[in-house]
Amino acid sequence: MCAKRVTTKPGEVPTTGHSWDGIEEYDNPMPRWWVWVFYATIVWAIGYSIAHPAWPMLTRATPGLLGSSTRADVAAEIKRFDDANATIKQALVDADLTTVSADPNLMSFAQNAGAAVFRTNCTTCHGSGANGVEGKGYPSLLDDDWLWGGDIENIHLTITHGIRNTTDEDARYSEMPKFGVDEILEKPQIDEVVEYVLKLSGQDHDATLALAGETVFVENCAACHMEDGSGDITQGAPKLSDAIWLYGGSREKIAETVTYARFGVMPNWNAILSEDEIRAVALYVHSRGGGQ
Amino acid sequence: MSSQDTNEPPSLYAAREPIFPRRVSGRFRNLKWWLMAAMLGIYYLVPWIRWDRGPSLPDQAVLLDLAHRRFFFFMIEIWPHEFYFVAGLLVMAGLGLFLFTSAAGRVWCGYACPQTVWTDLFILVERWVEGDRNARIRLHRQKWNGEKIRKSAIKWTAWMLIALATGGAWVFYFTDAPTLLGNLLTGQAHPAAYLTIAILTATTFAFGGFAREQICIYACPWPRIQAAMMDEDTLTIAYRDWRGEPRGKLHKGEVAAGQGDCIDCMACVNVCPMGIDIRDGQQLACITCGLCIDACNDVMDKIGKPRDLIGYMALTDETAERSGAPAISVWKHVFRVRTILYTVLWGGVGAGLIVALFLRSPIDVNVTPVRNPTYVTLSDGTIRNAYDLRLRNKQGSDMTYTISVTSDVPLTVELEGEDDLTVTVTANETFSQRVYLNAAPGSAAATSDRSNVRLWVEELDTTSRVYHDTVFNGKGQ
Repeated sequence: MCAKRVTTKPGEVPTTGHSWDGIEEYDNPMPRWWVWVFYATIVWAIGYSIAHPAWPMLTRATPGLLGSSTRADVAAEIKRFDDANATIKQALVDADLTTVSADPNLMSFAQNAGAAVFRTNCTTCHGSGANGVEGKGYPSLLDDDWLWGGDIENIHLTITHGIRNTTDEDARYSEMPKFGVDEILEKPQIDEVVEYVLKLSGQDHDATLALAGETVFVENCAACHMEDGSGDITQGAPKLSDAIWLYGGSREKIAETVTYARFGVMPNWNAILSEDEIRAVALYVHSRGGGQ
Repeated sequence: MSSQDTNEPPSLYAAREPIFPRRVSGRFRNLKWWLMAAMLGIYYLVPWIRWDRGPSLPDQAVLLDLAHRRFFFFMIEIWPHEFYFVAGLLVMAGLGLFLFTSAAGRVWCGYACPQTVWTDLFILVERWVEGDRNARIRLHRQKWNGEKIRKSAIKWTAWMLIALATGGAWVFYFTDAPTLLGNLLTGQAHPAAYLTIAILTATTFAFGGFAREQICIYACPWPRIQAAMMDEDTLTIAYRDWRGEPRGKLHKGEVAAGQGDCIDCMACVNVCPMGIDIRDGQQLACITCGLCIDACNDVMDKIGKPRDLIGYMALTDETAERSGAPAISVWKHVFRVRTILYTVLWGGVGAGLIVALFLRSPIDVNVTPVRNPTYVTLSDGTIRNAYDLRLRNKQGSDMTYTISVTSDVPLTVELEGEDDLTVTVTANETFSQRVYLNAAPGSAAATSDRSNVRLWVEELDTTSRVYHDTVFNGKGQ
């Protein structure tokens, strides 16, 4: 495509032969140093592609003679941080959970490590703010209402073994009967007990139905939820007399719960997290405002 | 295509012409000696000044604590979030440079620039070792023999020691000087310290000993920028050619008739550290150091002519003098709208910084309302808002703070992990505390969307307190 190089008189710089309105273009040679640097970069590039992973092959790129691997670099870096944290992680595993908060250094580590574990593993259900999903059965971890106990030991136990899962024999377990589906209660009885539960939590209710519902409640529900509706953390039976509802506190939602029952499941994290991570996230959750 | 006279393109490279400035004495030389002593003294001694700040803070008067991102300057302490002070100081430095340049040209270059000061020092050493201009020229031209090797070795050793001391002094500004000196001598200091010293020693040695005026002419941007700062009232060094020309040699100790005052003795050229001839007029390479004025005045005194054939003057002076008008006072050059404006701006920024410095709060509180979730319902229906409070203890000792709230609506305060409402922050530390505000079920704050609240942090001993305004999110209707 290039026009023929036009040589003029000896000693004069040749032009490319292009001419626009009489303006011509010099064809000066590249400076020597520039050319040599250019050749040097080519040599360097060849050497580099031999020494380092470069050429794409069928399954992977050529490994390179120096054996460098960014994946191995990352693994080494992670190991470096793990080694650096090994001492304090062991201290966390050895510590008595109830007294960790007295050690600012250990507590600070647990808080930060726990926050990271929480963000990675817990936010899917409990939300990034640990507030759960109201009415959907994912409990808020910020309030003072705990299904299975809100002291540090109970939180630790819940995280370790999980709830109602089939993968850990030590998982916390309890099951609410399907009062409607299994025809344990008649439809009118369900309506009555729902009114009584509304009364227990101080909501608007039908007084006559609620009065009848009290008998139903005492006979069918009080064994787990207690006669005053205060619940039982040893069975994971929620408190019914408060303002917090795991699956919604409206008349319709309570009726749904009584009829079909609820069966919330949480994985056992001992299968995924190490003990120091479980302890860290337990301490993190405990310090979100609801810890007892 | 234009015809070319030569086949060879002109070279873009010019070899350095060595400069051998002659010794000179006079007003400006003396001024420069004093300034050099003062500035080198400040540079070398300041890191060694001690300043007691209590047990947990460094006792070095001037310290740039990069590790903790803090800057100590005598009684002033700048924390990273107060970096605007540094920005303000840089603005002041910029305006100061504008002010001095518009008033008196390149005074910075001529008197205060480290390149000038250290080059001056290096030339002084050179003269002590090798003698004055003529001796140095002779030495430069002669073959390498015992004398030349000996003198060069002595000179370079002295330069190297100065360079080492210069690079060495720099690192003392960044960490405790006595400790660092001990570590440096015993080989225990951080590699960064040695590397910094090595680099600064090398640059000082090369710039002061060999590059010298080349730095000003080729490397420094300031000579280019200065042109925009100067105007016809700016004082600068000039040769009174209307008095000096036509120049001519002195014959039999007499100035020939019709000849100007300049006797072409080259004194002004020989003393110039930049190797220029000021009689060619103001030029890029001139750093206005004033040494040619001293040299020329010396000569003028000897031949009985009035002084200041070369002197500080402005462009308007030249116009006035050529037309025979009375001379313009120096003060008229210095005090004009432009310089006064620069001074006012400079002073304004300075006053602003001082006011900001004294209005700084002794307690540093930062409140981040937790917005995920905006509120939490407790089992009894209480509405709770959480706030992350960051308390910075800027004192040298532990401090205890009480946290409280004021607002139009009734609220109670709780602290995470604390039984009471006090937190203790260790000296020099930043402490994070989660604070809860609780609104009783059905109360005004619980049922409204937003309520304004004011969080107070009170220091227990001094009872100095600060507040932070934020909002409480209720459940709404």
